[in-house]
Amino acid sequence: MTLAAILAALEQGCLYGIMALGVYLTFRVLNFPDLTVDGSLPLGAAVAATAIAAGIPPHLATLGAAVAGFAAGATTALLATRLNILGLLASILTMIALYSITIRIMGAPNRTLLGLPTVFDPLSSLGIPLYQASPLAMAAVVALVAAGLIWFLHTAYGQAMLATGDNPAMIRALGVNTDQVLLVGVGLSNALAALCGALVAQNQGSADVTMGVGTIVAGLASVIVGETIFGAPTVARACLAVVGGSILYRMAIALALSVRLGPLAVSPSDLNLITAVVVILAMASPHLARRQRR
Amino acid sequence: MIEILGIHKWFHRGTPQEVHALQGLDLVLEPGDFVTIIGSNGAGKSTLLSCIAGTIAEDAGTIRFHGTDVTSWPEWRRARLIGRVFQDPLRGTCAGGTVAQNLALALRRGERRGLGPGVRRAERELFRERLAALGLGLEHRLHDRVGLLSGGQRQALTMVMATLRTPDLLLLDEHTAALDPKTAAQILELTERTVFSQKITTLMVTHNLAHAIALGNRLVMMHRGRILFDSYGPDKARLRVGDLLQRFHEADAVLNDRMLLTEASSPSTGEGYRPAGHGCPPATNHREGHGPAGSCGHPSQEKNP
Ligand SMILES: Nc1ncnc2c1ncn2[C@@H]1O[C@H](COP(=O)(O)OP(=O)(O)OP(=O)(O)O)[C@@H](O)[C@H]1O
Ligand SMILES: [Mg+2]
Repeated sequence: MTLAAILAALEQGCLYGIMALGVYLTFRVLNFPDLTVDGSLPLGAAVAATAIAAGIPPHLATLGAAVAGFAAGATTALLATRLNILGLLASILTMIALYSITIRIMGAPNRTLLGLPTVFDPLSSLGIPLYQASPLAMAAVVALVAAGLIWFLHTAYGQAMLATGDNPAMIRALGVNTDQVLLVGVGLSNALAALCGALVAQNQGSADVTMGVGTIVAGLASVIVGETIFGAPTVARACLAVVGGSILYRMAIALALSVRLGPLAVSPSDLNLITAVVVILAMASPHLARRQRR
Repeated sequence: MIEILGIHKWFHRGTPQEVHALQGLDLVLEPGDFVTIIGSNGAGKSTLLSCIAGTIAEDAGTIRFHGTDVTSWPEWRRARLIGRVFQDPLRGTCAGGTVAQNLALALRRGERRGLGPGVRRAERELFRERLAALGLGLEHRLHDRVGLLSGGQRQALTMVMATLRTPDLLLLDEHTAALDPKTAAQILELTERTVFSQKITTLMVTHNLAHAIALGNRLVMMHRGRILFDSYGPDKARLRVGDLLQRFHEADAVLNDRMLLTEASSPSTGEGYRPAGHGCPPATNHREGHGPAGSCGHPSQEKNP
């Protein structure tokens, strides 16, 4: 791998790390496996791209994307708590509905941002090459998001959220409306996914309704690989591990794509298979290790 | 004053498995009442406590705290009034959180939880103080995860959590049943001390008749969703385990007679009735309104001022 390829993987890892933190929030903190992110990531991209094209300043457009993501997550939570639809199914329903909504927002399955302003424009005036400045900027963004999440989870509300995932009966008996906490938590998670989508779109110069496919798997891979390799004894360590996992995951993908065995080369369409295998191995490793010891 | 009036609860209503778990139960608690509740398995003790806490919705009846009707309040809203300890030590605490974090969650019972720190420095002092009073050494383990504690330690912690903010009502459902005798005695002693020093109105379910007599100022015996016997103050203090066993046997005998009458008068009720010995009533409940209801087998309320 070249240095440029490594830097690009770092950039992608940090960027998608924002979404992975969202997946950590639902999957680990709330114990609510949520597939909505597959729809809220392109939703965020579409909202940001459409808003920027309409002349709205990029940072406001990005904020709007996060708000839209929150609404998507809140919808899933409401389906689960108010209508008593199984959480996983509720999230699938929202996800497929978002596909149509995203196309409606853009008026087409995709939208280019070529020649339009983005939040990353100031990077080109820093005086260092963009391929170096960009990963640094992404690292700064994901560090900010991780710090924010760590702070949040240590507030009184955040502690109630952790307890909601851990022991909902107990925290309800302590006066917490767990339905409301779930709504805020799943909302925040999808706000992060949409923020990630908005930044990805502005980074690559286009939004596309298909860019969300496999988001949840990438997010899970980041969470599980990160926790397995870096450990997650505390909430703060877990958040950092998730970002680390996301970076490792993108590195692994870049590495896989550069492998060539004679006539056999890994194509981008093989990545889903590779990701699935990586997740299975990471999830099975504690189990396999225990069997080994017996 | 806490008024629990005319509570009915059915499970699987309108199906062959219908259970009439609470049958118009009334219970009025004076401030500071420490009531022990006994009754055979399936009598409806846990169901009663869950209805009061709002964990399960009653089908009829009213619950009032100090004149405020809380019947329509969801569980989390009632929580500002109620402290609760369950039989299962795992149920009352968060395994993933530290001892301090769990206590902080309990300290904010019924309060709005905002974006302030989850655990404040000054609160740690309070936690240490309260834990030190247990004499279990937990005050040195504020930063340990609760999952690392033993069942007895977790139950002691739950007890502290339930009373950290003095509740208007403390609900204890066989909270020492899962513990070894020595730990159970410790938790019971802690219960008595806490309830007494904070003057908490308390309902404590137990299967230990000696504990039921030794603790509290009032004893209630439940049977098939009703209060069969309610004894206060000096009367309660004079109770013997033998008296209570006698009451159990009488209750079963009367109900058996009533069942036989029911069977005889309406054979259509189907399935044969298995006489229930003490401690194991039949799984299905008999229908009401046939036998001589309200006669000899019914609550002989012995109210003392
Ligand atoms: N969730 C439920 N679904 C169906 N039936 C239930 C449910 N909970 C309780 N019951 C039934 O209601 C009746 C009262 O149960 P409850 O748990 O209140 O008894 P209990 O007095 O606490 O008994 P134990 O001493 O065994 O704890 C029983 O017949 C029980 O089978
Ligand atoms: Mg019970």
